[in-house]
Amino acid sequence: MMRGPAGRIALAIVFAILVVSPLIIKRVISRDEGAKTRLNAQAALARHGFYLQEVSHAAGVNFVHQGPTLDPQLNHIMPEVASMGASVSIVDFDRDGWPDIYVTSSKEGARNALYRNMHDGTFKDVAEEMGVADVNRPGTGVSMGAVWGDYDNDGYEDLLLIKWGKPELFHNDGGHGFTRVTDQVGLPPWINANTALWFDYDGDGLLDLFIGGYYSEDVDLWHLKNTKMMPDSFEYAKNGGRKYLFHNLGNGKFEEVSEKMGINSRRWALAAAAADLRGTGHPDLFIANDYGVSELYFNDGKRFLEVGEQTGVGFAPKSGMNASFGDILNQGRYAVYVSNISEEGVLIQGNNLWIPKEGTDGGNLQYENLARDFGVEIGGWSFGAQFGDLNNDGTLDLYLTNGYVSLDRDRSYWYDFSEIAGGHSAIISDAKNWPSMEGRSLSGYQTKHVWLNDGSGKFVDVAQAIGVTDTYDGRAVAFADLWNQGVLDVIVANQRGPLLIYKNTVTPENTWIEFALEGTKSNRSAIGAEVTVFWNGQRQVQEVSGGSGFAAQNQRRLHFGLGKVSRIERVVIRWPSGATQTIENPAVNQIHEVKEPS
Amino acid sequence: MNQQSIPMRLPPAVQPAAWKRFFSPENRYLAPMFITCILLVGHFSFGILESYKKTGLAIVASLLTELILGRLFVGKWPNLSSAYITGISVGILVRSPAFWPYALCSIVSVMSKYVLRVKGRHIWNPSNFGISVLLFLAPETAATLSIQWGNYLLPMVVIWILGSIIIWRVRRFHITGTYVACFIAFAFLRSFLTGSPWQSEIAPLTGPMYQLFIFFMITDPKTTVRSKKWQCIVVAIIALVEMILRLTQVVYAPFYALFLVGPAALLIQMWWDSRRTVPARVAT
Repeated sequence: MMRGPAGRIALAIVFAILVVSPLIIKRVISRDEGAKTRLNAQAALARHGFYLQEVSHAAGVNFVHQGPTLDPQLNHIMPEVASMGASVSIVDFDRDGWPDIYVTSSKEGARNALYRNMHDGTFKDVAEEMGVADVNRPGTGVSMGAVWGDYDNDGYEDLLLIKWGKPELFHNDGGHGFTRVTDQVGLPPWINANTALWFDYDGDGLLDLFIGGYYSEDVDLWHLKNTKMMPDSFEYAKNGGRKYLFHNLGNGKFEEVSEKMGINSRRWALAAAAADLRGTGHPDLFIANDYGVSELYFNDGKRFLEVGEQTGVGFAPKSGMNASFGDILNQGRYAVYVSNISEEGVLIQGNNLWIPKEGTDGGNLQYENLARDFGVEIGGWSFGAQFGDLNNDGTLDLYLTNGYVSLDRDRSYWYDFSEIAGGHSAIISDAKNWPSMEGRSLSGYQTKHVWLNDGSGKFVDVAQAIGVTDTYDGRAVAFADLWNQGVLDVIVANQRGPLLIYKNTVTPENTWIEFALEGTKSNRSAIGAEVTVFWNGQRQVQEVSGGSGFAAQNQRRLHFGLGKVSRIERVVIRWPSGATQTIENPAVNQIHEVKEPS
Repeated sequence: MNQQSIPMRLPPAVQPAAWKRFFSPENRYLAPMFITCILLVGHFSFGILESYKKTGLAIVASLLTELILGRLFVGKWPNLSSAYITGISVGILVRSPAFWPYALCSIVSVMSKYVLRVKGRHIWNPSNFGISVLLFLAPETAATLSIQWGNYLLPMVVIWILGSIIIWRVRRFHITGTYVACFIAFAFLRSFLTGSPWQSEIAPLTGPMYQLFIFFMITDPKTTVRSKKWQCIVVAIIALVEMILRLTQVVYAPFYALFLVGPAALLIQMWWDSRRTVPARVAT
């Protein structure tokens, strides 16, 4: 019994300590973060092994994304509704061996840009002469993203443009121009899409196509029949756009097979990515949904099976805005990064880093969210993210961009947003019930995150120290070795902001290797090909992707950092056809062009 | 949140019907059962829980704290229904990717009953205290449940009806009723003042956070004033303070309003009682 004064005093002291403990934790964390920002770029090279310099103007790129102006009935919340459309995808459209950049704008009548790599550190916009600039004509919707894939296996990457509007497919005519083939291939007249990817889901050597709808496809955002087009729940919405799976028939036409193949969802898809998560040889499909749970579709080559809840990724509803894969522990297994919303004092969803659970694989595969343990959980209003070895130390790092609507710095829309978000579906789903934004910001002017992987399960944010200091409303992130120097540069598309090109400088002590693959039996883009590099007692797996992150596509080439080693034991390539190819002791610091053995 | 009063045993001859006994103020397990019902309906319909582990942690932390402190400072094993309600409330209402806020909030909530006492009575509703402290001091780590019951009206209506019956049977419906009436009136006033659609001002009332708030927190017998009239007046003041906080865009206005007004009302009542007691003693 401790009923005496001493006991009471002791209890009061313990109580007081517990009450103030959040402040103590916060102070410790902020002291650590303060230390991180004192470094400069040169010190970063010594300490972190790299730094980034924003060089867009010097590279001749002066692209600024423009947002759409939707139906006047949405004027009061226009900045929030018209808040996506900035995208970036990397392609070598002319097969000259140098990555080019395609970026979208979303204002009615605005031009998209295709920046041809001039090999001298600069880029030139050739979209107009190539026929892929004037794609936002009034009445056809506006661009939301683009992904590249060689759907007819002629050796040149073709362009799929997704819009809030009419999706478009452009055939690449030998790198000299593009021909619009939308009407021939059988795409629907209107999809309010924010995500798409190329992948060969059935392994027939022809690239198929997934498109995820956001707003319902019967909504024309410029001519609303009524204002009940918003999500009917902040976390359980199922009134979004439908999903499309287009099977490539090989004759220049596609057949829509989503329902037949088991994909039947009306969640609000914002990001999708595909990779063989179970070692079956078939790409599985991960969809990050806004206003709800993520979906994971296992693919057995014949049919998709939704296993989100079973695997753990589809349990807690959040605001999914990114899907990217990375073998962050060099174990030959992919983690999945899904970005969400965190706003201090209002909403702390936290981003998800889904790591395969020990002892689970195949049909038994399960994931656990270790974002907090790994240090990549809180990223503001997070959007696009990509894994890549930014300092060539042999482990995959993570770049995250963020920020939703940056308007008045001193006035926030968050209170009103949280008020309406808690309302019943009849209230939240009708845009006229949403309070007016009146020029206020909503998670604006946010600092970005560049998390360096220490290889043992910890990521450290070094964004400020290595030169990423912008606070634009970031949307899409893509990685590419733009200057063929063996490093990953970072390209960021910002909503109503400039396209940023962060040129990477990496310590020369760290070595690297890159693989440019070309399928023969497999699809020629080699999308779905898996490369495993074995070196120094470890291994890392990467897969050629037909679109990942948010509204983004990395370079086709796979880049591996190797740390301070000069020798690789072997490289194993598993082609989408199922063929396996082993390369013994390939030379480091080289780009290897590998054609699938026929 | 809500603490139960001491049960009274009636002679067999006047025992009311079983359902009446079940829905009676003497049934100290009514509130725990109701909140468990909300949890189960909410979760299995719409998955409102972020994880079983976190909710379990909140409940276990709350129960353990109550057991330890009850044994050490009261000298007996305490009834755990109050701690269970606190733990389950924290498990539902707190949203955080981390584990520690769930444990900390539960522990602080229960401890507040033993530490923050005036004249032998605790003056804050335990979970209101814990959640308010957490939201105020750890906004970068924790938030509260701010969503609705999926897309359907039915679960919300069921909980409102069931909750109203229970609250009516335990003779505290006047508190809930007064608060809801005031909230709606003030919502229209806010709409008039700010120009926001009235639907958005009403919207929070349709969410589960408010259902827990109005059925459990504001009706807690141990932390509300004595007379029915003053209970109504105090809860109206809570709604008024909440409106003022909402006008200044405070997201967690209801929790902070109860945090500020509830103890103040109790202290005033204690002061008033002490003034009335002293002359009476002198007279005798």
